[in-house]
Amino acid sequence: MSTKQGNQTYTNDRKVYIKETAAIVGPREKEGPLGDYFDEVQNEDFDEKSWERAEAKFVSSAFQKLMRKIDIKSDDIDCVLSGDLMNQCVASSIGLRDSGVPYLGLFGACSTIAEGMVTGSLLINSGGMNNVICMASSNFCAAEKTFRMPVEQGGQRPPTAQWTVSAAAGLWLSSQEGGPLITSVTIGKITDFNVTDANNMGAAMAPAAADTIIAHLSDLGLAPDYYDAIITGDLGLTGSGMLRELMDMHGYSLYDKANKKFRHQDCGAMIFDPVKQKTHSGGSGCGCIASVFASYFYKQLQYGNLKRILVVGTGALMSPVSVKQSESISGIAHAVAIEAQ
Amino acid sequence: MSNHLNKIDGKKYNEMTNKYSKKSGIVKDCIMAFVFGGIICIIAQLFHDAIVSEKAAAIFGKITEENAKALTVMFMVFLGVLLTACNVYDEIGNIAGAGTIVPITGFANSMTSPAMEYKSEGFILGVGAQIFQVAGPVIVYGTAASVIVGFIYYLIK
Repeated sequence: MSTKQGNQTYTNDRKVYIKETAAIVGPREKEGPLGDYFDEVQNEDFDEKSWERAEAKFVSSAFQKLMRKIDIKSDDIDCVLSGDLMNQCVASSIGLRDSGVPYLGLFGACSTIAEGMVTGSLLINSGGMNNVICMASSNFCAAEKTFRMPVEQGGQRPPTAQWTVSAAAGLWLSSQEGGPLITSVTIGKITDFNVTDANNMGAAMAPAAADTIIAHLSDLGLAPDYYDAIITGDLGLTGSGMLRELMDMHGYSLYDKANKKFRHQDCGAMIFDPVKQKTHSGGSGCGCIASVFASYFYKQLQYGNLKRILVVGTGALMSPVSVKQSESISGIAHAVAIEAQ
Repeated sequence: MSNHLNKIDGKKYNEMTNKYSKKSGIVKDCIMAFVFGGIICIIAQLFHDAIVSEKAAAIFGKITEENAKALTVMFMVFLGVLLTACNVYDEIGNIAGAGTIVPITGFANSMTSPAMEYKSEGFILGVGAQIFQVAGPVIVYGTAASVIVGFIYYLIK
């Protein structure tokens, strides 16, 4: 069973381990500063006829990669939780239709993998499930087509714009011992500060991240220094600065005075080199925090470089239609506290 | 609405967003647009001058000024389509901004790029239905504006 702490946080009485991960990325991600940590690199089109099929192939390949790494049969997987940015999450459903595993589709925009970890650890804590796989994917070209302009249209991006990451990643959550432990999860609230610029996702999501982090810390009576790192994804460079100021303003400084650096790290700001790769504010998309957590941060936990981290997936809850109708862009963020074993 | 973020309101957040959101450099963008737009015009002029030159006349026969203009436009549209198809136009556009959007090559790009993008949905519901995705508003309001201007011209003539 999970135990509710405060208003939004649940601690796991039944232990949930992240036993194994797999991440497949595109060439731009491979060329980025974290390129060496990913399992596999594939072209953005993955030799398929459409971007949509390519993203679905990213999902199926990441799933198969994870299945090859783990030592249980697909019949023993109780459920796979997956989501992406395409309309009605078709990359997940097409990618997993041959998997033969019970499936629940998720939509949390770029927060999907955190939503999956939250849901997965609560499902395992229900006592009925033992093995859950969480997945998330995004594809640069498929996202451009869905949310912006055709890929080959020659326009300019403003400096606040983020580049959708082409990646799919999977995490195996299990009640069997092994790997880092999910200790608690916080379900975020929809937060909206009336940002309407679809080219400024960082600004739209930063308040949601701040709200969830403060909710998590106050529910558990913790200070930010309890965690070695508070990881968001993906606020980018613009949103990261805003989150740090918001946290400061509310008395939860993310600055680590002892090490003279921020305790906060953002997957969107880390995955690309903004100067060399001209990626403006950084990376975004469901695959961003999913692939960075599944590779770089998972290895940091395994090597013991990080002991306790808070992973905060952030998503911009909008659709191409809602943006055209001038609706403001709501943010969501879910937090997952993870401890190395 | 947020419970925890009680020290900031929408107005203050808007100011904070403006503070953190870097703006495009207008001076640099204008210079780039001027240079690249100018280069496109030079290419068109060179093509035009070449096809009306006496050397060309000796090979292809004399081309009237009117035909030369039409051929130049066709050549520039072809160039825009070719560079789009070779995945180059968007790269140039990223630097040139309005410099590659405003000339007729930009119009060619705005038709070719959705055609390429939506080919995966078939020729009728994909290419046919979506080809005006970017250019459509320009055509609709360009036509509407020309009707209004034409009407005003008729009245004051």
